[in-house]
Amino acid sequence: MSLISWGMYPIIKNKIFSLRDAVGLAKYIENTDEFIPYGNGRSYGDSALNENILYTKTYNYFLDFDEQNGILTCQAGVLLSEILDAFVKRGWFLKVTPGTKLITVGGAIASDVHGKNHHTQGCFSECVEEFTIMLANAEIKSCKKGDELFHATCGGMGLTGVILSAKISLKKINSAFINQTTIKTKNLKETFEAFENYKDIPYSVAWIDCLAKNEEIGKCLLMVGDFANDGNLEYKSKKKLSIPFNFPSFALNSLSVKAFNWLYYAKAKDGVSKQRAGIDTFFYPLDAIENWNRIYGSGGFTQYQFILPKEHSFEGLKEILTKISDSGKGSFLAVLKLYSKENENYLSFPMEGYSLALDFKIEAGLFELLNTLDEVVVKYGGRIYLTKDVRVSKETFEKGYPQCDKFREFRREHKMDRKFSSLQSKRVKI
Amino acid sequence: MSYVLIIGAKSDIAKEVARVYAKNGYNLYLAARDSSSLEDLKHDIEIRSGADVELKEFDITSYDTHEGFYRSLKKRPIGVIVVSGYMAEQTAAQKEWIETLNTINVNYTGALSILNIVANDFEKERRGFIVGVSSVAGDRGRKANYIYGSAKAGFSAYLSGLRNRLYESGVTVLTVKPGFVNTKMTENLELPQKLTASPSEVAEDIFNAQQKGRNVLYTKSIWMLIMLIIKHIPEFMFKKMSI
Repeated sequence: MSLISWGMYPIIKNKIFSLRDAVGLAKYIENTDEFIPYGNGRSYGDSALNENILYTKTYNYFLDFDEQNGILTCQAGVLLSEILDAFVKRGWFLKVTPGTKLITVGGAIASDVHGKNHHTQGCFSECVEEFTIMLANAEIKSCKKGDELFHATCGGMGLTGVILSAKISLKKINSAFINQTTIKTKNLKETFEAFENYKDIPYSVAWIDCLAKNEEIGKCLLMVGDFANDGNLEYKSKKKLSIPFNFPSFALNSLSVKAFNWLYYAKAKDGVSKQRAGIDTFFYPLDAIENWNRIYGSGGFTQYQFILPKEHSFEGLKEILTKISDSGKGSFLAVLKLYSKENENYLSFPMEGYSLALDFKIEAGLFELLNTLDEVVVKYGGRIYLTKDVRVSKETFEKGYPQCDKFREFRREHKMDRKFSSLQSKRVKI
Repeated sequence: MSYVLIIGAKSDIAKEVARVYAKNGYNLYLAARDSSSLEDLKHDIEIRSGADVELKEFDITSYDTHEGFYRSLKKRPIGVIVVSGYMAEQTAAQKEWIETLNTINVNYTGALSILNIVANDFEKERRGFIVGVSSVAGDRGRKANYIYGSAKAGFSAYLSGLRNRLYESGVTVLTVKPGFVNTKMTENLELPQKLTASPSEVAEDIFNAQQKGRNVLYTKSIWMLIMLIIKHIPEFMFKKMSI
């Protein structure tokens, strides 16, 4: 059996070894030329693909929970959804969660994921008190913030070793529900104003209609919210809908995307409205549809996610949205987010500014379009999110990540570059 | 709080079944050989759900210990789930009688030995549920694994009869027929991804089917269709095929 990534592109043959214990892993490391750890396969591109894959989801015991302080120790293959299943009803939630709960703790660290609260809480590494990792020489090291190994590994895309276990601190909640406010804007200027007006609210995200033209470019639904305080901690994962097969490729032409975007946008009331939403609805809307990646057809898709420094966000976004709109290659989902300051990790994605994420079906002409978008991103000092990426060039990557040479040096020094590699790491030469 | 007894608790499927039942409010008896190796799982489940988990030493092929084992449980379980399975490599089982015997003993004889005891008890109490994890391999003998398959076929027939017998007393019996499952047992096989379930999917399916009182569960459900076709291929053709 070969493993694929969430974008179902590229598809390569690989040999899988399942992580079950440290002894077995040490042997595997010794006997395997090079490999990449793989969690739940939710990274979109080729960052967890290689000919040899270490499948880590089988390594998933909860090890300890400090009920007083909300500190969980678990093995790296535990899914965030399992943490929610266990702890929401006891009044705990993840301090930082991305838009899917179907990722492993190890993956969350390796991608240093962020969520709707980056502007108030930062990345996932902020809640990691400590983790253990097996290095290229099969030695197990424990590290915490301040250690070079910590800053290379958080956001390090699995290229520094195999994360074995982590101690993460959870956030106290007094409800499993979120009071949400939805703001409908008419253009990019209004969208930016809305983000600034609501920046003290911990969670925020905007859905942008990418096919809007001219003065309507950047119109959005901004959703902001915070946990309610009603003591209702009832939480049960919803039964999932499923997309049982790959849609034929005509299913997602720009007309149907337009219809979808329009419906979504039209559904929301004008101006400002209030809702109450459950955790799954608010944080993980797409998890409700299992295998939603299949709507893009069997050729696969990619997500283009970039971030621009705040001072250039407005003009840069306008330029990129215009290019996308002109290309007619639409995106089902375009998500805009505000970020606070970047952290010290070598390869973490966030910086102070705005990021936009868009899905594209893999098709002829797409990579050319994305290359032209890259030029704009580079021009304004932005960067591309490796966890979503499947095609970025070494040059674009290097311009976006000024600490990449430190990362390379660290890998060389500890002989990690000869043991841990992915298709992506080979492409951008880290 | 009710206890569920899981027989053969060391397998990947059993581990996930245990978690699902604990998550849904059941306490657990986890029975296996060398049960102390399940300490990590016990601890894991206790942290996740707060369920009470007891590890029980149990050897499915030591038939004469089964009665005593069942009597020793401090509280009668509300349900019993037999997950034990042994899949010898087909060619090894063809050559080595001991491999064949072990396949029969674990998958068939041992399962019947413990379930006879459970069934008598549940019938008397007029409550409880029994789940037996059989296999699609039992639906038709194929050259690739007919020794394992024939033991599972026997087990499936047993469960069917047991369901028939216990119907009157309100005890439900669920036969589970997994297709390909991504486990230790199948790690080195080339399995088609779309037909292969993860142990946690299988566990969720088992829990849902058992709670609804269903009779037979194929997981993934596509296997019902696949086996329907395979079962209906005429023997004169089937004997020439390699599937």
